Amino acid sequence: MPEALRLALLIAAKDLRVELRAKTSLVSAGVFAALVLVIFEFARDPTAIGATELAPSILWVTFAFAAVIAFNRAFTTEKENAAFDGLLLAPVPRGSLYLGKYLANFVFVTAVESLALGLFVLFFNVDLSDALPGLVGVMLLATAGFVAVGTIFSAMVVRTRFAELMLPVLLLPFMVPPLMAAAQLTSRLLGGRPLSEMAGWLRLLTLYDVVFITLCTLAFSTVVDE
Amino acid sequence: MPLTEAPLLEATGLVRAYGRRRALRGVDLSLAAGETLVVLGPNGAGKTTLLRLLAGLMRPTGGEVRVMGLPLKSGDTNARRPIGLLSHQSMLYDDLTVAENLLFAAGLYGLLSPREAVARALEEAGLSDRAADLPRNLSRGMQQRAAIARALLHRPSLLLLDEPFTGLDASASDRLRESLRAETIKRSGMVVVTHHAAEAWELATHVGVLVGGRWAIRETRPDNLDHFLRRYQEAVRA
Repeated sequence: MPEALRLALLIAAKDLRVELRAKTSLVSAGVFAALVLVIFEFARDPTAIGATELAPSILWVTFAFAAVIAFNRAFTTEKENAAFDGLLLAPVPRGSLYLGKYLANFVFVTAVESLALGLFVLFFNVDLSDALPGLVGVMLLATAGFVAVGTIFSAMVVRTRFAELMLPVLLLPFMVPPLMAAAQLTSRLLGGRPLSEMAGWLRLLTLYDVVFITLCTLAFSTVVDE
Repeated sequence: MPLTEAPLLEATGLVRAYGRRRALRGVDLSLAAGETLVVLGPNGAGKTTLLRLLAGLMRPTGGEVRVMGLPLKSGDTNARRPIGLLSHQSMLYDDLTVAENLLFAAGLYGLLSPREAVARALEEAGLSDRAADLPRNLSRGMQQRAAIARALLHRPSLLLLDEPFTGLDASASDRLRESLRAETIKRSGMVVVTHHAAEAWELATHVGVLVGGRWAIRETRPDNLDHFLRRYQEAVRA
């Protein structure tokens, strides 16, 4: 295995182990997702609008804000005891450091999204079985993109005051393109539309992923070095 | 200069500004293997800033740091590999045990036998029986020992120590002094930042006093500590 990848996996595994042991962000994000879904369920009039029509907006609003909770966690654990200094001091390429953080965030956000999706099915009593493979694909594609941006912004704001306020302000505008594409794709998937109707949005998501994963990997060094 | 002839650590014209305030104003430094520079100075003199610059944790506003002849830049992993840093904070994760923290650090440095290295570091720090504890459950002194174990784990050639004796009891201090002396004799060079010259005096081959971001004194360690301390007070007052 290439050294850079080994280091990235080591950092990701450490982040996930810390999170699984502390569970603070996982529980916060899970509770938040459940709360949003419950509010939407009680706020909607089921005779006026069906759960399937509401699903794209509900799901992606829930995913987006739950992800912000996850990003807030990514570097705050590094602040304790100046542990991040230990990472910066080690002979780890900054690209590996970014990739490690990215992978941990990706796994974490995907886990929260899966939980939210399960709760959505439970609360709204909808059958997603036909659309599920496509929906999972869209979730992974969109998550890959906004996690890239979320990871770098969380590194950027962690040294600032009011980091938890700053992060959504900076991040949410950058999350609009993948969220828009993902909501459109989810709507078409649940409506049983043909793949040809989705190609444009899929291209946008893929392009966003490639551009932002590359840019964020390259820019990470500038962000973390004082 | 061929890398083999380069000093272990060389800093030239180091300047670091925080906004308009200059914490360091052109600091030069050279350290060979086997040498220990003890840096003293009042609060705000720039000691910690100097150490962070030497560790590559901060970019200088001006000047350059070279480790074994390699410029210390963020992208250069080879220049960072020989450095071991003990800072004010432990750099340990509170949700990982002491042993897990050290194993993670061993992985970052790509040590060939990480478990053996961790067992040795724990033994040297006198923490073998606390390996499974979380750092937050350790006393201040034990945490400092764990931080020292982490800093020395990869057998660094260049040790940068910020107040290494803080929180240690007399026996742990003696043990650390012995361990550091052995490291220095074997292969390392050290920069020790402290407020208490007496604690690190035996280790020092050179002493420096930073005042207002500049060297007020930098010389080979004199024999008489009391005389040096009087000169130190004068330099601080000047």
